[in-house]
Amino acid sequence: MNTIFFLCGMTAILSVVVITLYMVLSGLPAIREIGLADFLFGKVWKSTAKDPQFGILPFILTSLYGTGGAILLGVPVGLLTAVFLSKVAPRRVANVVRPAVELLAGIPSVVYGLIGMIVLVPAVAKTFRLANGTSLFAAILVLAIMILPSIISVSETALNAVPPEYEEASLALGATKIETIFKVSIPAARSGIAAGVVLGVGRAIGEAMAVMMVAGNVANMPELFKSVTFLTTAVSKEMSYASGLQRQALFSIALVLFLFIMVINVILGCILKKKGGDK
Amino acid sequence: MKKILAIALSALLAVSMAACSDSGAPAEGSGESSPSGATQLSGKVSTNGSTSMEKVIGALSEAFMQQNGSVDVTYDPTGSGSGITAAKEGTADIGLSSRALKDEETADLEGTTVALDGIAIIVNKANGVKDLSLEQISKIATGEISNWKDVGGADAPIVMIGREAGSGTRDGFESITGTSEKCVYAQELTATGAVIAAVESNENAIGYASLSSVKDSVNMVTVDGVTPSEATVLDGTYKVQRPFVMVTKKGETLRPEVQAFIDFALDPANAEIIAGAGAVSVAK
Repeated sequence: MNTIFFLCGMTAILSVVVITLYMVLSGLPAIREIGLADFLFGKVWKSTAKDPQFGILPFILTSLYGTGGAILLGVPVGLLTAVFLSKVAPRRVANVVRPAVELLAGIPSVVYGLIGMIVLVPAVAKTFRLANGTSLFAAILVLAIMILPSIISVSETALNAVPPEYEEASLALGATKIETIFKVSIPAARSGIAAGVVLGVGRAIGEAMAVMMVAGNVANMPELFKSVTFLTTAVSKEMSYASGLQRQALFSIALVLFLFIMVINVILGCILKKKGGDK
Repeated sequence: MKKILAIALSALLAVSMAACSDSGAPAEGSGESSPSGATQLSGKVSTNGSTSMEKVIGALSEAFMQQNGSVDVTYDPTGSGSGITAAKEGTADIGLSSRALKDEETADLEGTTVALDGIAIIVNKANGVKDLSLEQISKIATGEISNWKDVGGADAPIVMIGREAGSGTRDGFESITGTSEKCVYAQELTATGAVIAAVESNENAIGYASLSSVKDSVNMVTVDGVTPSEATVLDGTYKVQRPFVMVTKKGETLRPEVQAFIDFALDPANAEIIAGAGAVSVAK
């Protein structure tokens, strides 16, 4: 029996090792050929031109701005929803809202993309009087909604774990309920909330399908109301026809994305470790 | 209850497996009874070239290999130029080119056009523009014309929707309109269906798509007064089109399996395979 447990554990580890090795081995040749600086800081991506140019700065910046925007919109909404569920809502209401949030997490990203494409993109075009609604802005809106579930559920758990004595003490000292939430509960749960935010960042930066359907996928430098390409969509949009250096460069983009995700995971690990240390 | 469910599921599985093996049997049978199966062909047919021809060659070789089980057709997507070179140097049996051969190339190469690729220029149903000249189309693509009023439409910005880099349709459109590497897109989408859907939902949009995949949901503009259709592509009056050419060496007898593959592509009975891959068959 122990061997079976061991083998199951090995499957996951082996997968991570194989994927990491493969990403590094297949991502490096193109970077070496293009040059690291030209690759990371080049502003022009023309992979199929006669003199191809492989600069992925537009993709990197778009991914950063897109994720940043999604966090900017998603964190306040998510955090307040978590507070509502954990501290404010009557039990009955919470029992309706909580499954709805969980359902939101289970909706496949292609559905987000589809609705974004058909409803959101025309609405963005109409609201802002644009000729074309596919934009960084539309992608940010979709991502903001997609990261809500991870922020809400992790934050709620953290808020629930705040010892009731803290809050009781605060109330006993004459603080109102709202003051108690913002000055006692949230600060006490901050590392859990931070973990939720980092999880949200991870989901937003790695999302491809939904973003591909609303962002327009042109390799522009990011502007709020312009068609843009994310790191993820840069890979998936050209993969099917790519060959030669173009294909290798796509692997290099994936490697950059992989490193981003790694960094996020390390940050998440640190936050969780610190949280453990607090106790 | 659980037991009944389990039994029902396993019965369903058994039925579906039986159905699979059933459908497998006649396919093998038809392969043996097909006319080309009379003399057993074997060996390898290597094709090399145009990435735009991927779908057509893929569909043709799949059907061909189904009929001739022991022939292996390979396809290397390298681009028309490399395909022609490969045919010239003999590194591939058939070079694939999505442009007609130039005069200097026809000296020692034979080009067989197996299909035509018609590209429709599509606009939203609400768009009043019905006709564009090839020159206007290329100016729209490069962004030189950016308002519909300049081509006889309403006063509204033009939203150019195209395909991703590497797509055969994009390569075809850009090479025919002479806008390679100069197109300015508002959206780059990864499928023909997505382009059509985007044009359908945006009044100011213009896009391009394989002729065979355009349905009633969008309007196809006439180009220099010619309505895009299979007939106008075939007689050459519709200009946004290009040939799919199989290139072989002149004066050399092809191996029977190579010849058979070219004949297979030209066989009127297989026109539907080519149509299914989005091109217009030239077989009559």
